[in-house]
Amino acid sequence: MDDELQPPPETGPPSEYARDRVPLLEVDNVTLRFGGVVALNQVNFTLYEHEILGLIGPNGAGKTTCFNAMTGVYTPTEGAIRFRGGNISGLLRHKITKLGIARTFQNIRLFPEMTALENVQVGADAHHRTSVPSALLRLPRHWQEEKDGRELADHLLEFVGIADRMHELSRNLPYGYQRRLEIARALATKPTLLCLDEPAAGFNPAEKEDLLQLIRRIRDTGVTVLLIEHDMRLVMGVTDRIVVLEFGRKIADGTPAEVGADPKVHAAYLGVPVDAA
Amino acid sequence: MTELNDRGETLVELDKTDKRAPARRSDDKKPGVRARVRSAWGAPGRWFNGLPRPARWAVGVLGVVLLYLLPNKWFYEYLGIPLGSLYIPLYTTKTDMAGVLFYSSWIILLALGLNIVVGYAGLLDLGFFGFFAVGAYTVALLTSPESKLLTEYNWLKSPWPWLAAMPLAIAFAMLSGVLLGWPTLRLRGDYLAIVTLGFAEMIRIVAKQQDWILNGDRGIPEVAHPPGKNSDGTPIFLFDFRPYFWLVLTVIIMLVFLIRNLVRSRVGRAWVAIREDEDAAELMGVPVFRFKLWAFAMGAAIGGMSGGLWAGQANFVNSGTFSLENSILVLAAVLLGGAGNIAGAILGGFLVIYIPDWLRSVGDVFGLPESITVGGNTYDISVTSLRYAVFGVVLIVVMIFRPQGLWPNRRRAAEIEHRKKEMVVGG
Amino acid sequence: MNFSELIRSFPELTVTGITQGSIYALVALGYTLVYGVLRLINFAHSEVFMIGTFAALFTWGLFGLDSNTARPSLPVALLAIGAAIVIAALCSAATALFVEFIAYRPLRRRNAPPLAFLITAIGASFLLMEVVGTLTVRRPFGVPALLPAKPVIDIGGWRVTPTQLTTVLVAVVMMVGLDYYVQRTRAGRGIRAVAQDANTAALMGVNKGRVIALVFILGGLMAGVAAVFNDIKTGSTKFNVGFLLGLKAFSAAVLGGIGNLRGAALGGLLLGLVENYASALFGSNWRDFVAFVALIALLMFRPTGLLGESLGRARA
Repeated sequence: MDDELQPPPETGPPSEYARDRVPLLEVDNVTLRFGGVVALNQVNFTLYEHEILGLIGPNGAGKTTCFNAMTGVYTPTEGAIRFRGGNISGLLRHKITKLGIARTFQNIRLFPEMTALENVQVGADAHHRTSVPSALLRLPRHWQEEKDGRELADHLLEFVGIADRMHELSRNLPYGYQRRLEIARALATKPTLLCLDEPAAGFNPAEKEDLLQLIRRIRDTGVTVLLIEHDMRLVMGVTDRIVVLEFGRKIADGTPAEVGADPKVHAAYLGVPVDAA
Repeated sequence: MTELNDRGETLVELDKTDKRAPARRSDDKKPGVRARVRSAWGAPGRWFNGLPRPARWAVGVLGVVLLYLLPNKWFYEYLGIPLGSLYIPLYTTKTDMAGVLFYSSWIILLALGLNIVVGYAGLLDLGFFGFFAVGAYTVALLTSPESKLLTEYNWLKSPWPWLAAMPLAIAFAMLSGVLLGWPTLRLRGDYLAIVTLGFAEMIRIVAKQQDWILNGDRGIPEVAHPPGKNSDGTPIFLFDFRPYFWLVLTVIIMLVFLIRNLVRSRVGRAWVAIREDEDAAELMGVPVFRFKLWAFAMGAAIGGMSGGLWAGQANFVNSGTFSLENSILVLAAVLLGGAGNIAGAILGGFLVIYIPDWLRSVGDVFGLPESITVGGNTYDISVTSLRYAVFGVVLIVVMIFRPQGLWPNRRRAAEIEHRKKEMVVGG
Repeated sequence: MNFSELIRSFPELTVTGITQGSIYALVALGYTLVYGVLRLINFAHSEVFMIGTFAALFTWGLFGLDSNTARPSLPVALLAIGAAIVIAALCSAATALFVEFIAYRPLRRRNAPPLAFLITAIGASFLLMEVVGTLTVRRPFGVPALLPAKPVIDIGGWRVTPTQLTTVLVAVVMMVGLDYYVQRTRAGRGIRAVAQDANTAALMGVNKGRVIALVFILGGLMAGVAAVFNDIKTGSTKFNVGFLLGLKAFSAAVLGGIGNLRGAALGGLLLGLVENYASALFGSNWRDFVAFVALIALLMFRPTGLLGESLGRARA
């Protein structure tokens, strides 16, 4: 069982991108309480530009809660979330998206009655300024933004590999296509940081491999990636660093190799008491 | 692509834009009656969409010309259609055709407006009629020689012509839409419903009580006729319904184009996204609150316009006109016809006025009893009196058998079919 | 704003407010029960109430009482009221079931979208209202005089007439009974289960259809009782009496937290009080207006109502 936590042999040295270590998102001593439940307890870590960071932990550890806090769905009870130095806790969600943070969802939340293309176009609209008057009167801005949005959507659908079914209703797409569509839609908002919530859930190994390549390609375009995942092989294979949560606290933070060897992490997953390890 | 209906029969969803859609595949079983009816119902729509562009414009223009001709008596005589017969149950015996057309046209206008709010953005507005009231009262206050703005407060030197009052009516209605929406659009759907219902009631109460400007039940008479007066002082449109109908029809046609512009743009996309998953939409960068407010504002503007038009025809505005039942009637029109869909709103608006009226004349033509006497009490059971009861039954029946509305958006129809298949435990 | 009037009539306004509030509360419970279990605004509930008012009139007619007869002796009056309560409650419950079977159940079978339910509710409402309207030739009907007008309690400015006393007492009994039923009986547990998670409840052996029917019956019973007292209090009824009262009762349910039984009771009482105080402050013409303003204001500050939503827990 321990073997699963060792990084697979093909992993190279930590990514050269992350060597610059420019902080992008800081989770600054964040505590999040829901009534009596403490979902996050003084969680503290930094996400650097251009790296791929994995957020892992056993079920109930608070990963998705942390995720939600980082993307503006929840406001921290204490502490702050800083993006490029500016505090984003409490900002309106669509403003956070405009600042450059995009996400996908654990249980897919596409717009079911829109086609794949339209779903991505909604994402592309995030930076558009056309509003009712421009649309009503068909002003040049409308035409320009529609053209740009369509081009971006076409490109992204191609990039994630689902362009062949772009005119189908999103709820009719096969599962793998839907997951990739969500990623395309998030990318359409031109993010600096892309947060993926269990993007490989339900994938077979071949699909996971494709996803791994896709994530690398996304990072190559300059986007920083944050990833929640349960599949250790995937996490170890694609991430530059990993943060481990358990019961709302951070228990480890380091490269895959470091985390894979950490006894606290083993204990968290296997339930073995630390002193007996 | 093919789908199966709930009896396992093949249905084909023809999609003009998807070149990969397979041609109609036949099944082992012949498609059942229901599938064939469904297919036939959609046939004119598919035929229309299949025409090349110039042909579509030609058909469209012909259709519009036909609409303009409808209220004219000589049109029917020319075609040799007997008036007042049931062969063409259009020319009802008890009501002037032009009148029915006019009434249905302004309900259609209202339905188009509400369709934006309910059908596109998915906001449950039950008080839509309040905006109509705002528009009607604005026009009345500005154009009536008996308006208190003129007689008592001297804000106006003389009554305005109707055309000049309309833009203000629309603007005020829009403003009231924004004012109503601002505090309430953050509420969840059902709460929004009750709040908007309360709003319309409040307007009615204010109209009823207000003496310093709105004149309560006594109302404001002599509202100007559109579009103004002839040089000798007589109004250009007289008491014939026909010019009013043409005016509203023109407005409707313009509005249809404008609404299509909105819908096929980033705004329309945003509204559909909001309707389908508001939270996901916001996380994808859609400024949800702003667009909800716009939906409200647009709907209110159209409602106000409709109110102004109606006031110009009725020439009299008082608080009794603004009953809550009308809000509900407009909502029923939108949902009956098919929400989220311009054609559906038009059809629904027409039917909602036409059916009760047609029922009135049906009673006559069939010689149905006007009243029965039971146990010494005479009850008026003429179809006329019962027409809203029948209407209620019609609503129930249509919703049971065709909840997506009579002429739904292709997507909505698919969504409803999909929901039927999703039935889980218990039923 | 007429503060002196408010202070002067405070006891009277409070008593009237609680009485009216009890009626609102009973009707509100019907709305909130159905909403809690089905997430549906039962528009037709106002007509369920209306039918109850006529059923009560009919019952009193059986006793030989109508708007022209003299007030009967107290025992007879109480008997007549008791009979009316039973018959009106049953009639209202039957009407509620009728609406469920005709307008809602077929839609649930087909998993229709929520807006469709709204339309059939409206259709059912129209249907009932118009049929009764036709049968009653749309004129108001007077209610017989039943209880003496002389106040039963008269302490230091606080006066309570027999009508007011009986209204509040019966309402309290009904509400406590309903609360007990929902909290402590097996059937009530079924209701709460279905309200929280219908499919799982079904998997646990709860008969969804029966629970839903039960919820409509309970709501109807409450409305029927309210109808009797509304008749006595206002002295007349008409085919469209349900509309405004229904609207207000629904607002009360929302005020207290839709889906929350105790919230509905609280909301009803509160609405009755606020209305009456407002009518002293601003003039009785503005009573309804203020009621709605209060509702909107509250929802803005506390979007889920005073006690929050939950039929599942039905607790503050």
